[in-house]
Formats: sequence, structure tokens, C-alpha cells
Amino acid sequence: MIGDAKYHSLDPSKCIGCTHCMKSCPTEAIRVVNGLAVIDHERCVYCGQCHRACPTHAFYVEQDDLAMIRSFKYRVILFPSIMIGQFPGKYSEDQIYDGLKKVGFTHIYEVEQPMQVMIDSINEVLADKETPKPAISIYCPAIVRLIQGRYPSLTENLILRKAPHNLAAHFAVEQLMLEGALREEIGLFYATPCIAKIAAVKSPVGESESIVDGIVNMNQLYNEVMKVISDDVVDDNTVQRKNLSTEGINWSLTRGESCHFGSRSIAIDGIHNAVRFLERLENDQVKGIDFIEMRACDQSCAGGILLTGNRFMTVERLERRAKRYPSAKEIHLENNQENSQELKRKLILDPIVPKPHFAFGKDRVKAMEKMDKAQRIVCFLPGIDCGACGAPNCHALAEDMVNNKAKMSDCIFLQQKWVDEGRINARKAFLNIQKKWGTDRFKADCNKRGRRNEGF
Amino acid sequence: MKLTFNIQGGDFTHAGKPSSEVKKVLKQLNVDGKTVKNIVIALYEAEVNVVAHAWKGTVSAEIDENKITIFVEDDGPGIPDIELAMQAGYSTASKQVRDMGFGAGMGLPNMKKNTDELLIESIVGKGTKVKMVNYFK
Repeated sequence: MIGDAKYHSLDPSKCIGCTHCMKSCPTEAIRVVNGLAVIDHERCVYCGQCHRACPTHAFYVEQDDLAMIRSFKYRVILFPSIMIGQFPGKYSEDQIYDGLKKVGFTHIYEVEQPMQVMIDSINEVLADKETPKPAISIYCPAIVRLIQGRYPSLTENLILRKAPHNLAAHFAVEQLMLEGALREEIGLFYATPCIAKIAAVKSPVGESESIVDGIVNMNQLYNEVMKVISDDVVDDNTVQRKNLSTEGINWSLTRGESCHFGSRSIAIDGIHNAVRFLERLENDQVKGIDFIEMRACDQSCAGGILLTGNRFMTVERLERRAKRYPSAKEIHLENNQENSQELKRKLILDPIVPKPHFAFGKDRVKAMEKMDKAQRIVCFLPGIDCGACGAPNCHALAEDMVNNKAKMSDCIFLQQKWVDEGRINARKAFLNIQKKWGTDRFKADCNKRGRRNEGF
Repeated sequence: MKLTFNIQGGDFTHAGKPSSEVKKVLKQLNVDGKTVKNIVIALYEAEVNVVAHAWKGTVSAEIDENKITIFVEDDGPGIPDIELAMQAGYSTASKQVRDMGFGAGMGLPNMKKNTDELLIESIVGKGTKVKMVNYFK
């Protein structure tokens, strides 16, 4: 897929090989090899847990060059409302919008508009008797990838409607073309709060090609705006927010979606919470629920890894802001019905296919042999799940071994036992550990990697 | 390949562990999603039956290339009339169990619906043995 492309990488000069990321990964996609973390992009769902867990900020997110916007006459910045929520309270929406113009954008669209179109569109899906329940929102791309890979039987529960960034993109294009712009003159740039949304734009699931032309990381955009933002009163630009609603502003927050749909709905945030819930869902232990909102980050997008502001303060500012806006129902588009019908049509996604990840390969007979072998290997391992072998737990190490990606001596406890039994000498055992974790790792040295100020 | 688990009667908190573990293995073996779902639903119902009615029980799952055979055996009150118990909505669950959201009388019908073969043997006052077979596609 999930990752033929890489949207985040690891800076080897910063990685201290400490196992934090490996232990936090919900899909066991990280191993430590030669003292450095390595991401298996096949398994990665871009949830960003590893970024949060890393004490040295060694992970970084790929991004497009902001200079590329200059090649378009109409430069549209699309950003989720949470972008506004991060700014210190002293800056008004007018000043933030003015700052975005100064950065070089000609048109500003918060993505959660026109929200009634999205709400109606999802309600259409829910009203269809054929829709499997509970229907699961596709809003969070990390969740979509998690379901495709780990819970393939639930892909049919995903609601085939695009995310708000597509909504606003189509909306912006329509509006600009009505004003006389040519499609090729319009550049659409999405300010992303996370890696998952980058992947959703660059290699979308359920659409052949995304409408968005480029990505701007939200933390970079935040810094750019902070450089140029005015402390003085700027021109009133409220008119640019006339299609924004309470529902839209709250959409990216937890319960922002679920509160609109079905007679019974559930909202879940945090990837590990999602994993536990999907497990139950797949066992058919969740009955009578119509709609599930599920986001990989704690506090939903306010907790995105590319946000600068504190997630709880961001939520608070947004909730306050949302109250000042009209309800989505009260907003009337200029070209009204006709316009919305066209937008609705563009929101429909192609079917999403399961992409299960098989730890032991697709051939069932071989997989069973490997699994049997892995189960026997686990009997020899201590079950401490320490990570010193470079795998997140003993089971993962056993799986790696049968896939020829690790060996028995990677387990430091097993190796110690062998030394005790006289099967290998202590020197050889130590060399094995050095091979895994690096030669300078075990010196008493205050300047080495992983020294005290780099830990938690 | 064989997986075995113990079930404690009355322990609703931990019901679902065997079905989750079996599911994990089946997914790793590339069994198609629909079949996995059927198996897991049937096994979970069987587990809940043991938890709701019996004193203790065991689950053992034997997996080979083409099928999974699951045995759920318990020490419990047994089922006096299996045919009656197979009817949708028939339940002998206590109010306490029903209040917890179980015991709707769909257990055995659901197991029947989700398995290719279902065999139930029961001795009143002693216990119940369930054998379920699902073939992989």
C-alpha cells in the first residue's frame, strides 16, 4: 500500500535506537536494525505514533516545497479548522487569514465547508438498507489503512464518501471557475495536520487521483504565518468565512461527526483505542450501532503530529469559535441546489478493497508450517517483551525468525542462557549484541547517542 | 495446529479471548474475511453460553489446511431439550445475565447459522459438548 511510497522517514543521525517507537507502533511495523529504527512501509498505516514516541524527533515528514505554489495564478490553501485553533488567542481570524495571504496564497478555504453537503451525503449512505452497519467513517486515513490491513472484513463497513478536504477542493474549484479562472490556473494546496492525510492525498484509497496539487505541512505553515502575522488591526475578511458553520468547525474534533449520524453512534479517538474497538467489532460483539467515528489521534485532529499548539487548548479555542458561527442548515450557497448536487456526486468514493497483511505469506500450507514453527520458538523465549532483540515483543521476534529476518541469538536472555550452558563463549555473545546495537553503545560516555538528556 | 483455552463460568469480563486469538491465527493463515467472521461469531456465542450457564469449560480449536474444528466442552447444567434451545429467542438465561446484555436466546441459532457443521451433545446435570466445523474457501 500501504506503502510503496514513503511519507515519513527516519534521520539516522538523530535516531538513538531506543525502542520507544517500535513499542508504540500499533501494527508492529518497526524494528531496530544495527542500532537504528527501520520502518516496514508495507505495514505502516501512517498513524504517527512513532513520531510522538521518539525522544529525539528523529522521524520527519516528507513535504512539498512551498515555492511550488508560485507556478499557479490562483493559489488556494485548504486547511482544516484546527489550524486556526492552534494560534494564540490574541490573534483574530482576520489576522490569521491575512497572514496566509502574506505567505503567498490568493484564496483561503477551510476544508469543512459547505458542511451540509457532506452531512446530507453521509446520511444518504446511512439511509440505504444495503449499507452494512455499523457504518464506519473514512474521515481518518490512518484508520482506513488500519482496517484494510488488519481488519479486512470490515472494509465493507467503510462509508464511501470522500473527506472534507475533497469537498472544499471541489467547492473552491467550482467557485473560482465561476469567477472566470481556468482549471489549470488553479493550484490547490492542502495544509496537513498529519502524515496519514499526506498519504491520503498522494496515494489516495478509493479514488484514482486526488484533486489536490500539493501538500504543506501544518507546522511549517504555522511558522510561516507567525513570521508575517500582523499585530495591528487588519481588513475585515469575514466574507471569506461565510460558508463556514458550527458543524464544520467542530467536524475534526472528537464527536464532531458522530453527533450528526444514526440513532446510535460511537466516537473513538486514539489508535490503540481504535485497535481494541475494531477487534470487538470484528467479533460481532458490537450490536445496534449505526455509525462509528474513529480517529487515530487522541483528541482527533487537534492531536495531529504536525500541529504546534497544545491539543486541549486547540480544542477549547475551536469549540468557542464554533459557537459564533451559524448552523450548516442556515447557510445558503450562491448557486444553491444545483451546486450541491454536483458536489455530492463528486464526493462518492470508489469501493475500498481489503489489503490484508500476511505475516506468514499467502500460501496457507506454508503459513501453517511457519506458524507452528513460530509457536515452538516462542516456547524458548522469555516472554519479557523487552525489545532488546530489535523486535517489539517475543512473538514478533519468533515471527521474524521464521521469516528469516532474525535469529535465536538476537534474544539476549536466550544468549545468556547459552553462555551459562557453555554453548557459546561470552565474547561471541557480546559481539552479537554489538552487532545489533552498535559498537560504541556500551561505552561509558556522556556524549554517546541515547545519553541522559535524550531520554524521557 | 491446535489452540486450547479455559473458560471460567460467570466471567463475562474475559469472554471473547479465545475467539480473538483464533481470529488472529486465521487471519495470518489467509482465510477469507467472511469465513473468519462466521467462525468468530459462532465461537463467541459458544463461549458466552459457557460463561452464562456453565461452571467452567474449555475451547480447543484444530486448524488444518482446509478447515477448522472447534470443540467447546463444559461442566454445567446441560441442555434438557436441544431442539427447543435451537429455536430463535428461546432462553433460560437468568435475569442477571440478561441485564448484562446476554441471553437473548440467539446463541445456538447463531452458531448454527455461522457453521458448516454443528453437533451438540448434552447430559443434564453434567455438561455440554459442542463441535463446530467450518471449511475454508
